[in-house]
Amino acid sequence: MNSICFYFQVHQPFRMNKYTVFDIGQHKEYFDEQKNKEIVKKVAEKCYLPANKIILDLIKQTKGTFRIAFSISGVCLEQFELYCPQVIESFKELAKTGCVEFLNETYYHSLASLYSKEEFLDQIQIHKEKIKKIFGKEPKVFRNTELIYNNTIAKQIDSLNFLGILAEGADHVLEGKSPNFIYKPASAKKVKLLLKNYKLSDDIAFRFSNKDWTEYPLTPEKFISWIQACEGTTINLFMDYETFGEHQWNDTGIFTFLKEMSLAAIKAGIIFKTPTELSEEKQEKPLVDLDIPHTISWADMERDTSAWMGNKMQKAALETIYDLEKEVKEKGDAVLLSEWRKLQTSDHFYYMCTKYFSDGDVHKYFNPYDSPYDSFLAFMNIINDFKIKLETTKKNNVQTVFQKIKTTIS
Amino acid sequence: MNVLMFGWEFAPMFSGGLGVVCKSLTNELLRQNVGVTFVIPKKLTDLKSNARILSAEEIVGKLKKIEINSILSPYISEHGYSEEYETIRDKLSRSLYGEDLYQEVSRYTLAAQKIAKKEQFDLIHAHDWMTFQAGIAAKKISKKPLIVHIHNTVFDRGGNNPNHHEYLIEKRGFTEADKIIAVSNYTKNIVETKYGINPNKIEVVHNAVEMDEEIPIENKIFPKQKMVLFLGRVTMQKGPDYFAKAAKKVLEVYPNVKFIVAGSGDMQGKMIQYTAEEGISEHVLFTGALNRKDAHRAFKMADLYVMPSISEPFGVTPLEAAIHGTPSIISKNAGVKEVLPSALQTDFWDVTEMANKIIGALKYPALYETMQENMHTDLAKISWEKSANECQMIYKNVLGEL
Repeated sequence: MNSICFYFQVHQPFRMNKYTVFDIGQHKEYFDEQKNKEIVKKVAEKCYLPANKIILDLIKQTKGTFRIAFSISGVCLEQFELYCPQVIESFKELAKTGCVEFLNETYYHSLASLYSKEEFLDQIQIHKEKIKKIFGKEPKVFRNTELIYNNTIAKQIDSLNFLGILAEGADHVLEGKSPNFIYKPASAKKVKLLLKNYKLSDDIAFRFSNKDWTEYPLTPEKFISWIQACEGTTINLFMDYETFGEHQWNDTGIFTFLKEMSLAAIKAGIIFKTPTELSEEKQEKPLVDLDIPHTISWADMERDTSAWMGNKMQKAALETIYDLEKEVKEKGDAVLLSEWRKLQTSDHFYYMCTKYFSDGDVHKYFNPYDSPYDSFLAFMNIINDFKIKLETTKKNNVQTVFQKIKTTIS
Repeated sequence: MNVLMFGWEFAPMFSGGLGVVCKSLTNELLRQNVGVTFVIPKKLTDLKSNARILSAEEIVGKLKKIEINSILSPYISEHGYSEEYETIRDKLSRSLYGEDLYQEVSRYTLAAQKIAKKEQFDLIHAHDWMTFQAGIAAKKISKKPLIVHIHNTVFDRGGNNPNHHEYLIEKRGFTEADKIIAVSNYTKNIVETKYGINPNKIEVVHNAVEMDEEIPIENKIFPKQKMVLFLGRVTMQKGPDYFAKAAKKVLEVYPNVKFIVAGSGDMQGKMIQYTAEEGISEHVLFTGALNRKDAHRAFKMADLYVMPSISEPFGVTPLEAAIHGTPSIISKNAGVKEVLPSALQTDFWDVTEMANKIIGALKYPALYETMQENMHTDLAKISWEKSANECQMIYKNVLGEL
């Protein structure tokens, strides 16, 4: 074992307003600005700013030996720009070190990969441009929303000339193989497949502060010894950035762990690599193909798409929004397009999940609504309001055209 | 193990849900080989149970001054008395209760002392305030542990103006008991906060529901319209006025709905007047009180059941609706939500939200069908077998067998 690849996901959705049937046609604001502002500011204070500081210090202290990758969704970047621009600045600081890679994803953190190829490609492109504009570098590795992955997605990403794509190292696709090697998607020509080591990643992301866990407390030495005991070429530690300070609070010692574990790894001769570095590495042996026809993700015990598409409400909501694609795009109205896309963010569908008793806890924790039904109702009422807006916009446009013709004639 | 159980009602001779709960729990305990001696206030015939049933009437004798067939029941407020009396006086050939409820309770307590001296039992289980004094008396005499089971507190009955006498009896029952069984966490919380009882002393055992007869598939009365049902006593506690106000709001945007108010009570006149004044009489129909079979038919025919209670310790009706495949919207102040997470919830006073959810459930098939699917999962998790088992665990715990 000689390397660790850290990738942290940074994402915040535009949470919706409570929207009743009586609001349909009133065109009330769809997104809860107050709440979104509050949450982004709170998480910035607890996680993004202090964690960025620790990472910057680590890079400086180790003279660039410590390396790391982020994927920041477009809707999250937008909210940083709106509510706390200092977070953007601190990520820029990290970018300047040259030790931090920014990955490409769908701008709206959407499920477009499963519903519309055109929209999927559009959102990748918009995100790519945004990242390039802010951080000055074009991303080379792709990670899809919630590590949603299958052969088809891999093929599309391959055709866009990405070097690598990230996915969950789910047991049922690995069938006994180790996630600690670089693979090649069976459906692709060049792109490399990097798999999350979910056991070691979840030890940090979910179990770190769990006092009932037999391995509690997790010390840097213990964690490094586990890494050293692994076979393979890389340990891919993929997790939400909010793990640091938000899911695991500061007082659990999570920040100290991040710092000390990273230093201990370097001391033990383990190298940090970014996804691009891993993907560009010369391989001694030909890579093993992985055939993944069924969609996997990093969510829940099932590691599939049931967290967003598991019940009828979720499916109906998703179908309703993607059914509007043609009409929204024909309109060419920037505001409508942006609203429609913000409504595609995967979190809205996650909140509608009714898997109460297995993974229900996690869903509940992150749900701004009282229940999955409440989020479905808000979503559908908003969509119905949006449809009315869409129709009236058409009339307006037609009227404008007539107006112009009239003026020209007279 | 033998349990001396004090209850006020026993189905099918009942005035409310307590009789059904006592019958189901007792029969299931018997099936699990727990002996139950069940004490009721009056001698009843036609009880379909293998339990040994004693009545205070047989043991102590008739109350002296029974002149009229009283309809006094522990759950009807004094205010509702006269109207309730008018509506059901003619239906009852004979009363279940004495003229004066407190007099009836005293006789019951007296009987409990006699029974406690004579009978052999390992512990005492008393249901609701009417039997708490009996339970305490039996404990004093027998030195056996007492479990009080709370189905309904004075705060659920009297809102902001609780009956002080009954409050004190309840509090004494909670204090003297070795263990308290609450029908929900909602009720546990009331016992903890309003009576100052240590929560470690309170266990929650949720009620379950029995399917007691096959209900044939019913034809819709209004085949082209959606039907939204309220079923229960038409009294302040059950929130029928919020139901009517929500109906008004729904009808403003979605006129193709019929609202059914099934049940009787002191608020019915006011409700009929309200719907007439608001011009929605054609859409809000009043059936009066329904017998059990018709109630089941109503659940079956309805598209949606609404339970807007102000405070409902448990509230079994949404489970009955669920058995018939009908999803519910329930008040957040209802214990049943803890076992029926598939139901929609609303604050009882938030009529806009109630209307929003009624429309949402009727308008979006995906929501309706998801509720139905999850409802079956919820139902599969509850049973009287499980609840009786939990009671048995508490018995064993109190007896030091665990």
